[in-house]
Amino acid sequence: MKTGAKILVESLQREGVDILFGYPGGVVLPIYDELYNSTLKHLLMRHEQAAAHAADGYARASGKVGVCLATSGPGACNLVTGIATAYMDSVPVVAITGQVPTSLLGNDAFQESDITGITMPVTKHNYLLKDCRDVARVVKEAFFIAGTGRPGPVLIDIPKDVSTGIVEKVEYPETVNLRGYNPTYKGHKRQIDKAIEMIAAAERPVIYAGGGVISSNASAELLGLANVLTIPVTTTLMGIGCIPGDHPLNLGMLGMHGTEYANFAITESDLLLAIGVRFDDRVTGKAEKFAPNAKIIHIDIDPAEIGKNKRVDVPIVGDTKSVIKDMLASIKKTGAKDSWIKRIKHWKQHHPLKYKKDGRLRPQFIIQQMSELLKGDAIIVSEVGQNQMWTAQWYNFKNPRTWITSGGLGTMGYGFPAAIGAHFARPDLPVFDVAGDGSIQMNIQEMGTVAANNIPVKIAILNNMYLGMVRQWQELFYDRRYSFTELPPVEFVKIANAYGIEGIKVESCDDVLPALRAALDCNGPFVMDFRIEREENVFPMVPAGAAINEMIGGHEPT
Amino acid sequence: MKPHTLAVFVENKAGVLSRVTGLFSRRGFNIESLAVGTCEEPGTSRITIVVIGDDEKVEQVMKQLNKLIDVIKVTDLTENERVERELALIKVNAEPGAGRAEIMQIAQIFRAQIVDVGAKSLILQVTGDTGKIDALEKLLRQFGVKELVRTGRIGILRGSKTIASTK
Ligand SMILES: Cc1ncc(C[n+]2csc(CCOP(=O)(O)OP(=O)(O)O)c2C)c(N)n1
Repeated sequence: MKTGAKILVESLQREGVDILFGYPGGVVLPIYDELYNSTLKHLLMRHEQAAAHAADGYARASGKVGVCLATSGPGACNLVTGIATAYMDSVPVVAITGQVPTSLLGNDAFQESDITGITMPVTKHNYLLKDCRDVARVVKEAFFIAGTGRPGPVLIDIPKDVSTGIVEKVEYPETVNLRGYNPTYKGHKRQIDKAIEMIAAAERPVIYAGGGVISSNASAELLGLANVLTIPVTTTLMGIGCIPGDHPLNLGMLGMHGTEYANFAITESDLLLAIGVRFDDRVTGKAEKFAPNAKIIHIDIDPAEIGKNKRVDVPIVGDTKSVIKDMLASIKKTGAKDSWIKRIKHWKQHHPLKYKKDGRLRPQFIIQQMSELLKGDAIIVSEVGQNQMWTAQWYNFKNPRTWITSGGLGTMGYGFPAAIGAHFARPDLPVFDVAGDGSIQMNIQEMGTVAANNIPVKIAILNNMYLGMVRQWQELFYDRRYSFTELPPVEFVKIANAYGIEGIKVESCDDVLPALRAALDCNGPFVMDFRIEREENVFPMVPAGAAINEMIGGHEPT
Repeated sequence: MKPHTLAVFVENKAGVLSRVTGLFSRRGFNIESLAVGTCEEPGTSRITIVVIGDDEKVEQVMKQLNKLIDVIKVTDLTENERVERELALIKVNAEPGAGRAEIMQIAQIFRAQIVDVGAKSLILQVTGDTGKIDALEKLLRQFGVKELVRTGRIGILRGSKTIASTK
């Protein structure tokens, strides 16, 4: 005999969950009471949105399913931004919400909201439980759906009477049986052979790799493929880390704030091997002018992504790891296409990322210093805006799952809580959140969480006293009319101190490395308030709707 | 741009219809006609959706539908030999006299049934493909259509082929 709440907690343990990020409330009291008895770790956040982001950061850093828990109504609604963020970046998260008792469902009861209805467009699937006998099966299904195929968030809404309901005999299912859900893992042999033939015939091939490579843990295979074929690799924002930043074949990020050499290479390529990507508009710019002369091979586990934004010559539906493995098994080592590799080297030499070095405190310098200090052995999380793009451009990532950022939804306030989640996934690594002064203020209350639990997350605020990225657009496209993008100065160190956290304000280049060292040496959370050059911009930049080789702040292709 | 008739075979669970229709609205696809009912297999339903769009858009709709966990199978009937039907109930003004006789004649030609006779109105029931119902409606307009309701289209493949056997 067990209550629904007890079955829930036991089911989570059976799924291998080791931490929940949550926030209590009336209708989840039965669940919280059960947690009080259990060995399951629970981290009390200061906002439900942060709980969802923390579960997401945990999932991205660990490769496991992240779990968050909130009460009904306002608690559940506060999860939505976090769930949508995970949905856009295909992150496996299970969100558990309390709901008013089934007898009150639909009555506009106190703290009732139709959270399954609200989250339908931003979840891979969701459940409203109506019977405590379904708890174990639904938890099993939810983890299976979240973590397999193209990963994504799943929500389980549990009315109070379901968590207090008694089940006489509980059976924990071992397997899942869902007729309508059969992801394809193995790529079609004939399509793979066709792709291999096309690659062999190509003169100017490029690999365009994305988040799908990271989420299927296919980085080693991808690197193997690039090396065997001597094909240069450009990654999306989500794909960063799937090839070491300093690898000779790495072209860095492509797209709106991509490197010139990546964007030139895409534009001139005659073959594009797109792996685990979705041809997002921030990547392609004007889609018709994206890789205009290339035959395209597209490998993705989600058939709906293939051909969605761009016509593809060879579609391969399957798990990227499995497909690349199959390719490697039948591919022959081909020599470098000398002229192509040479041309790319030339671009890399003549069109590097750059910034002004005049002794003023610039964000690119800070990220570079961070990169040199940490040597890739850290998890770097970012907020959204210029801080995110500078980090993507200037930090030298060595490994997959060490770069964590909100790509698809671009959620300000994501980074700090996600960094908390990442710490629990990888307590062996230092975790840095690179923030803007705008973004950090969207979940700044989590300083309470890190202070109370001595979570050693380091926050590096690139403080320009602007909503920098928006200001950049206003500067370039709205005639410098800075409509509501200026932020008054904030003494972040004082805020940190108020929460009981250490911090340091940095105003000159010379103080950057010592501050980073102090952060690293501190065994708890630490805040760095870097007062950067206020109107620094992210370059190069492809204006929205332009072709990706039409960059501003760059050079003409030579 | 042409109408495609999609047969969507789903688990009969709470919320399935709103998942399906929600998917259409949020991706900007227009549903032309929608009909839902149980089918040969207990625990499942069949949704027939007519959507207008070019082939690529419709292919994308089908792929997105297929991603829904409760959707078991999606088939585009359009490329196959099929029977499509719709049912309509039409309440038309019919004062006793010549007009009423004329309406009854039209009904006969269209093999519509008169299912209710009122003092000043008739209700016609008609089944057929969309064109036939449109034509009848147009003819009846001259008498004054007071109310008209259509079920939305349903479709089934001809011969022994089923949506389970199609690719
Ligand atoms: C929740 C949310 N609201 C608004 C935006 C739009 N937006 C994108 S970047 C940006 C400015 C970010 O400013 P800041 O965090 O200070 O970072 P910076 O660009 O200065 O590095 C804004 C407002 C967003 N991405 N997310």
